[in-house]
Amino acid sequence: MIALFYRDMRLAVRAGGGFGLGLAFFLLIAVLVPLGVGPEGTTLAKIAPGILWVGALLSCLLSLDRIFALDYEDGSLDLLLTAPMPLEGVVAIKAFAHWTVTGLPLTLAAPVLAILLNLPAEGFFWLVVSLALGTPALSVIGAFGAALTVGLKRGGLLLSLLVLPLYVPTLIFGAEVVKRGATGAETLTPLVLLAGITAGAAAFLPFASAAAIRINLR
Amino acid sequence: MLSLARQNEKAYLNTMSLWEYANPQKFMLVSGRALPAITVVAALCLLAGLIWGFFFTPDDYKQGSTVKIIYLHVPAAMMAINAWVMMLVASLIWLVRRHHVSALAARAAGPVGLTFTLIALATGAIWGQPMWGTWWAWDPRLTSFLILTLFYLGYIALWSAIEDPDTAADLTSVLCIVGSVFALLSRYAVNFWNQGLHQGASLSLDKEENVSDVYWFPLLVCIAGFVLLFLALVLLRTRTEIRARRLSALLARERMG
Repeated sequence: MIALFYRDMRLAVRAGGGFGLGLAFFLLIAVLVPLGVGPEGTTLAKIAPGILWVGALLSCLLSLDRIFALDYEDGSLDLLLTAPMPLEGVVAIKAFAHWTVTGLPLTLAAPVLAILLNLPAEGFFWLVVSLALGTPALSVIGAFGAALTVGLKRGGLLLSLLVLPLYVPTLIFGAEVVKRGATGAETLTPLVLLAGITAGAAAFLPFASAAAIRINLR
Repeated sequence: MLSLARQNEKAYLNTMSLWEYANPQKFMLVSGRALPAITVVAALCLLAGLIWGFFFTPDDYKQGSTVKIIYLHVPAAMMAINAWVMMLVASLIWLVRRHHVSALAARAAGPVGLTFTLIALATGAIWGQPMWGTWWAWDPRLTSFLILTLFYLGYIALWSAIEDPDTAADLTSVLCIVGSVFALLSRYAVNFWNQGLHQGASLSLDKEENVSDVYWFPLLVCIAGFVLLFLALVLLRTRTEIRARRLSALLARERMG
């Protein structure tokens, strides 16, 4: 499992276009929104939690099809299917590797972009905490979407149509944590619900994803 | 052929098990008989309910005659959710018992459910404009209906994207199950996110404050009409799907021989 994790990490970092792209996209969103909305600090501070969370969500979406598509094309997914490790474990590890190259950098870069969007200083801590708790769910749910569309030639657009509705609860609770944190309100309730969604998705969705891959490779 | 069909029908009448419908031939036989009757009753119910509701009920003292859009809005909204539940049940049956009719019925219900969702959203907007002064508000109920629309779109898109029918049935069933969980989660997340303009349930059987009987009885007829309309449309579409399957099987056989 660890070998698979390292392999996925190496592929993501060395193949190019995956590792930095999501982060660059995140940066672009944080630059483009003020250009579109206007430079008033109060307006930006108000929409910053939502923009940062939507940005994280879209950057995550960008690299989802790479989770399984390349392995499907060169046949290594068939090998993984026959490997002694259960496919559910493979899916979970691949989702975790995806999180390490997209969700984790996003979480670490978010405070810098929060400065651009004029987020109040109290919100920074909650932004990092909510992204750290929420982005694993994005990767796990995304892996499910990628597993559903792995056999399709042009699955990219369909993938976003399937995955984005599934992101709704994570987005709502994640942005709510930052919004409340920025105004100094109590953040425990949405934070616990966010963590609950991540834990539930990580526990159950690999089974659904593995089932989808088995169907696709039949 | 005809006598075989008769025998099948007898066998169906003798056993009366729900799973008898799983045989496409029996399904076609029974649904072919039932469909005209259901269609006629659905049309009668809708005509009667809508005419009764639109022309023979008093105007509301606050809402005037706009209240009468309830006869389209409420049944459509109910069926939009029930259609998804029916799809979920049919998907589970397909995954567990591999009955093709079940998968095809789930596929048939998708666009019908989407249409009901859009009707509910459109009539809601038309009702909301004079009452709340806005076509749209980010109210929890409205928002969760919009999210339901997205779930329907994804489900239908996945069906049409996959060529192999069994793979498509399997994958859409998995999506339907996972989607149901997330649709439910979204419903509560949206509740948490914003307080709403929309009134609470006014048709529950166990509540003190419900809609008045004058509106309630024609509404019941309309709901019955919508349920039957849904049933008729799903049966019709399932029959079409089965015929399309048979046709492609015939074509494939012709190419082989």
